[in-house]
Amino acid sequence: MSDSQQKCVVIGASHAGVNLAFALRKEGWEGQIILYDADPELPYHRPPLSKTYLTNEEGMSATPLKSLESYERDNILLKLGVKVALVNAEEKEIVLEDSSVQAYDKLVLATGARPIVPPIPGLANVKNVFPLRTVADVEGIRNALGDNPNKSVVVIGGGYIGLEIAASLNKLGSKVTVLEREERILARVTAPEMSDFFHQLHVENDVEVLTGKNVTSVATENAKNNVVCSDGSTYPADIIIIGVGIHINTELAEQAGLTIENGIKVDATARTSDKDIYAIGDCTFHHNPHYDRYVRLESVQNAVDQAKVAAATICGKQVIYDAIPWFWSDQYDVKLQIVGLSESYDNIVIRKEKKDQPCFSIWYFSGDELLSVDAINNAKAYVVGTKFIKTNQSIDKVKLADNAVEFKPNNLIFKSNND
Amino acid sequence: MAKITFITSDDETIVVEGTSGSVMELAVEHNVKGIDGDCGGVCSCATCHVHVKPEDMTKTGPASEIETDMLELDDNADEYSRLCCQIEISDAIDGVELTVAK
Repeated sequence: MSDSQQKCVVIGASHAGVNLAFALRKEGWEGQIILYDADPELPYHRPPLSKTYLTNEEGMSATPLKSLESYERDNILLKLGVKVALVNAEEKEIVLEDSSVQAYDKLVLATGARPIVPPIPGLANVKNVFPLRTVADVEGIRNALGDNPNKSVVVIGGGYIGLEIAASLNKLGSKVTVLEREERILARVTAPEMSDFFHQLHVENDVEVLTGKNVTSVATENAKNNVVCSDGSTYPADIIIIGVGIHINTELAEQAGLTIENGIKVDATARTSDKDIYAIGDCTFHHNPHYDRYVRLESVQNAVDQAKVAAATICGKQVIYDAIPWFWSDQYDVKLQIVGLSESYDNIVIRKEKKDQPCFSIWYFSGDELLSVDAINNAKAYVVGTKFIKTNQSIDKVKLADNAVEFKPNNLIFKSNND
Repeated sequence: MAKITFITSDDETIVVEGTSGSVMELAVEHNVKGIDGDCGGVCSCATCHVHVKPEDMTKTGPASEIETDMLELDDNADEYSRLCCQIEISDAIDGVELTVAK
């Protein structure tokens, strides 16, 4: 157990960093906890930014992760709007951008990621270009919409973030066009059937979704922007949204000399290659025991679960990270819930429920091993899938696909003829 | 205005008042132990599980279909379980007592 003289410094106050700070107190850390973030806002939930927060008309503030009072009560020192310039691991101190120095006994990197802004010629000349990762990005979009949201918006990138923003801006009254470079939207993360579903959903809501569109430049004349694609097509845009992925923030970790692969490499306790430095959340490259491989995840689940593991370890407890990843996305009235990691699947089963609204699930397998489930308006599929993945139980694919078989784990367990 | 009583797993009783938003948001605002609300209140994470005092069920109403399904992830769920991000604060729930699930 630490004594009250010890200092735990956390860089990054989003889901991972904030949860870590509170988890440290819960685990009995008696020393100081100092939480830094360059973002001046009271730490907030990021997932709603592209969804409800963007469409909220009352101009409410973002949903805080914790109230200011909670930080005070748990004696967590918040240093917001402060950028950390470097980490000196040998001296066990960090240097802030004003050159002041803060010593640490334990350091936690929860540095997350930043949106990629691709080097598209002409893009830098456009006034209203926005990624979406922070409250400031949302404010920028809102200001650009002004009093008249009936504007032409081009979203570059048909991934979850791009599609969520497309749905939100469509709801506000903008004319939205999504340009996706691949032959289908969500190509990296879902089966073609799910891509088709979301493509149709957006088209039905009057969002134009165009695939195979490689943006090559933006031409601006008389304050009118045209997004130009390699096939010669052009799309007018009052506002351009960039949703093409993220760069993880590893600069501080690099300076500290930590091992970096596809993210800051950490062990099962979220410890980096330096015994007094931990890393948690989107910035980490960590081993997932269930899938037995190293992964980097951009998710709330991973941020929270790694935060808990790191906090317990710092307080001397024996725990390891062993979580099944989960994700969600909300677009229009459709709720997508995902459990597991579908990468390297080789066959799928689709189960459609007998309902008026879309209600179905896609089950991803490698051979007979269930890897993941995408559930559309179907929490039951998500829950049943989670149970099967956790228990590694074999699933009867024929029964699974038959919506006349009641959706309960016991009904779907595979029984061989010999049983 | 609704007065809501939370009983945490440490048997701490916390009485708070709210006027709008969800019960989960109110609990997080007041640092009620055991109510995390990791997903921000969209019924995706099941980290805001409470047991409603049986006689207060008429005020809160029963869990919706998606809540009931999500609650199946928790072995401690029972007929009085709700995910409190799905309970809207209004005069109608004034006086309810909620025990935070273990």
